[in-house]
Amino acid sequence: MSKEPVAVTGIGQTKHVAARRDVSIAGLVREAAGRALDDAELTWADIDAVVVGKAPDFFEGVMMPELYLADALGAVGKPMLRVHTAGSVGGSTALVAANLVAARVHGTVLTVAFEKQSESNAMWGLSLPIPFQQPLLAGAGGFFAPHVRAYMRRTGAPDTVGSLVAYKDRRNALKNPYAHLHEHDITLEKVQASPMLWDPIRYSETCPSSDGACAMVLTDRAGAARAPRPAAWMLGGAMRSEPTLFAGKDAVSPQAGKDCAADVYRQAGIADPRRDIDAVEMYVPFSWYEPMWLENLGFADEGEGWKLTESGVTELDGDLPVNMSGGVLSTNPIGASGMIRFAEAALQVRGQAGEHQVDGARKVLGHAYGGGSQFFSMWLVGSEPPDA
Amino acid sequence: MTRDIAVVAFAQSDILRTTEEQSEVEMLMPVLHDVLDRTGLKTADIGFTCSGSCDYLAGRAFSFTLALDGVGAWPPISESHVETDGAWALYEAWTKLLSGDADTALVYSYGKSSPGSVRDVLTRQLDPYYVAPLWPDSVALAALQAQALIDAGDTDEPALAGIGTRSRATDNTRAQLRGSVPQGDYVVRPLRTGDCPPIGDGAAAVVLAAGERARELCSRPAWIRGIDHRIEAHGLGVRDLTDSPSTRLAAEKAGAFERPVDTAELHAPFSSQEVVLRKALRLDENVRVNPSGGALAANPMMAAGLIRIGEAAARIHRGESDRALAHATSGPCLQQNLVAVLEGDPR
Amino acid sequence: MPEVLKAPLVVEFPFTRSLGPVQSAFLTGLRDRVVLGVRTGDGRTLVPPVEYDPVTAEEIRDLVEVAPTGTVTTWAWNHEPRRGQPLSSPFAWVLVRLDGADTALLHALDAPGPDAVHTGLRVRVRWAEDRVGAITDIACFEPYDGDPAQPTGHSGEFEDPVTGIVAAARLDYTYSPGRAQTAYINALADHRAVGERCPSCRKVYVPPRGACPTCGVATAEQVEVGPAGTVTTFCIVNIKAKNLDIEVPYVYAHIALDGADLALHGRIGGIPYDQVRMGLRVEPVWTDGGRYPDHYRPTGEPDADYETYKELL
Repeated sequence: MSKEPVAVTGIGQTKHVAARRDVSIAGLVREAAGRALDDAELTWADIDAVVVGKAPDFFEGVMMPELYLADALGAVGKPMLRVHTAGSVGGSTALVAANLVAARVHGTVLTVAFEKQSESNAMWGLSLPIPFQQPLLAGAGGFFAPHVRAYMRRTGAPDTVGSLVAYKDRRNALKNPYAHLHEHDITLEKVQASPMLWDPIRYSETCPSSDGACAMVLTDRAGAARAPRPAAWMLGGAMRSEPTLFAGKDAVSPQAGKDCAADVYRQAGIADPRRDIDAVEMYVPFSWYEPMWLENLGFADEGEGWKLTESGVTELDGDLPVNMSGGVLSTNPIGASGMIRFAEAALQVRGQAGEHQVDGARKVLGHAYGGGSQFFSMWLVGSEPPDA
Repeated sequence: MTRDIAVVAFAQSDILRTTEEQSEVEMLMPVLHDVLDRTGLKTADIGFTCSGSCDYLAGRAFSFTLALDGVGAWPPISESHVETDGAWALYEAWTKLLSGDADTALVYSYGKSSPGSVRDVLTRQLDPYYVAPLWPDSVALAALQAQALIDAGDTDEPALAGIGTRSRATDNTRAQLRGSVPQGDYVVRPLRTGDCPPIGDGAAAVVLAAGERARELCSRPAWIRGIDHRIEAHGLGVRDLTDSPSTRLAAEKAGAFERPVDTAELHAPFSSQEVVLRKALRLDENVRVNPSGGALAANPMMAAGLIRIGEAAARIHRGESDRALAHATSGPCLQQNLVAVLEGDPR
Repeated sequence: MPEVLKAPLVVEFPFTRSLGPVQSAFLTGLRDRVVLGVRTGDGRTLVPPVEYDPVTAEEIRDLVEVAPTGTVTTWAWNHEPRRGQPLSSPFAWVLVRLDGADTALLHALDAPGPDAVHTGLRVRVRWAEDRVGAITDIACFEPYDGDPAQPTGHSGEFEDPVTGIVAAARLDYTYSPGRAQTAYINALADHRAVGERCPSCRKVYVPPRGACPTCGVATAEQVEVGPAGTVTTFCIVNIKAKNLDIEVPYVYAHIALDGADLALHGRIGGIPYDQVRMGLRVEPVWTDGGRYPDHYRPTGEPDADYETYKELL
């Protein structure tokens, strides 16, 4: 018995901003979902099930918000599922939704991920004062910066690489009307002159805090045949988890990331990712994670990822464009960030990415991760359906 | 779509008023060992793992990441998590087996209600604009539903008391409350202490397996003949609280009405909700309802729904049932409902 | 076994909620003593007004005024009000269908006792004295035996609409870290770092979490580690965290205590921040009453060789 092929026929997202003061939580989520339906030219009645994802409920202070969102997402009378896998959740949510189609449980599924960070303060949610525990000493960047230093030590990468990534992603964001940061006057010098927050991470090498939502319509072969625009086809998808902290953990290149990518490549028949994949949209919340993930995902040998970045390979017009949308560095509604990566990959193979379209993108990887670099979810989408 | 999937093992902790001497992972881990031991499987043999839990019970963001320590996720595992009752984690795992991505799945869930005030915590799942600011607690909302049932002539206070008494007359040694418990005073009228679930902590785990693998792992697998879940509108004032159309629809989709069941494990935290569910599921006196005691005997949040599926499956494993229905709920006044139909091979 | 530690944990935040047009109109209306509903495509009037039709999922925006009087559709007597609830003396929770509405609103009813309440009871809104544009602008409902009040024909348009609410939320928990962490914290009181060894892989975890995360088995064998250790990696923090009273810049480091198989986190002091390096040997410095070392300072030993700690990075 083979799986039903899964097609992406609708994609929608909000314009991501620091604070969407004009909408409720439902209004924000609905905006992305409505746009995905419009893209697929479907109505609410065409949707069989809804799968929602977001990061911790404390971020908005609404426990199990799917209950309150049932009406806004047209889920009344339908199955509605909520996924939460930390920062990777946007990707995991799409994969859970895709599996409903692959397993032939449903024909057409709406999947949505969101975060309305302006309702509270993510740092508050992440650092609730747990008794007896040592308070967090350094904020989110402080969690990741030591791993960046370890990467630099391990690979000998020059300390300018992070700024190259930030400069590239911010320029890519200028081509993406939905991106949060539109820094029209960005220059490499400005990135390199921005304050050092958590040495070796500079201000301009960090992600913003955004309100935003992303949605996709996933459907089966029959649904794709009815779709008004080209579909993106899922060629492989996988999740992998490893413990938060453990003896022998490689925080620079986690095994779970390697295993997850290997599983996706096996499903999709990718022998050499560097050769067979046209572009990558990966979860890079701090700029140095681009070279780190390039190695973890098998696009470069260990210790060589920074060379791809430095030589311009990952530029929008390079040989392996990375984060065409502007990436997490330009837009970060936490719970939605993973799904935005998956959606960008699908936009690219559909040829619908507008100004940040990579010419001839036929196979694109979408990547998300979360927790202490421990939860990974990825999918590879293509412009052609998988071989029957 | 033809892939037979079964519950092949079930384990749960003792459900206790408090487990403060244990962290969540310390509470969960023995249950994971127990369920794996029943099949002889190791973590590395499991194709997919899915869990259900809730940060708002723990009072901590990302609380599930610590529980993962009890699984032994090394080498890395294919894993996912739902922020709700483990019954929905089981649903996700079932679809994973159905698509052929995995042949076995470990599903677990856990919840500690003892650290916080669960009545108040649950107010945070209500409409954040119009309802949550009034802090209507979970008993109050269930009481509104109970009064609607009484007004409709569907039940009365003595009948409700009878449901609690029958539920707790269970021989389930894991249950928090067993035997004769005074019906007590009103908590929120018309619901009395005996109509409400005990507040407690606990964990549960299930192993699913597909096809021949299920037969290898269990002498009498509990085959999932159908499973479906549906949600209703959120606003209590737009719903008919005396009915549960989402339960009825889920049951229909799961095939529950095709043939009678002999056993039903219902996740009805309040006695009045059993009245609603019996009606929606068309259960008559021939059906054994909640031989485990149900949620009125033990209601570990986030695990109580998964336990219903586990209890129904365990009865099939033991040959005490041939066709059982299991139900789980989430949200205020039965907003979201899941129904599974399980069967054993003919004896 | 010593008693486990316990302490209060308060989770409290004033959430800032933006409303969107429909909810904004409703709550602004309450401020101005007007109750608005919203009309669906098939002519039902929903009160409180929601943004999306629960039946069709269509977006609905057609505001319509209803009366501040109505009928109880179900009720529940609450003899022990809880924190945050609308009234502090015993009251009834009620669902009320306001005159002109097809759905019911949840709120409190002030009544002398349960005998004074029944389904079908006629009630009216009792307005709060200070109204800000929130559901609590309805102080509660009260019994009412007059005729249905007549709506004023309000358009739903307001001069200075309320666009957001602040929803303060406080939950109180009693936190207990469990057996393994209690043992660790108790040992710290004597300035000792005591980890636990996995019976399977033999790795030593500090702090112990009760389980070996790679083997998934309980850890129990206690092992004292440190006090000295090696800086495996670090960052220099240049921004002041709101909740911390530490002068910037300072060094936040991963420190592998001698005998431990993974690093814990700490601040490095007693050395200029720009001289901290990977491999630096450090030891804890305690201050009076501190539960954790205040910081770690150099021991003066030669730096550890990269090969000795690269697995602990």
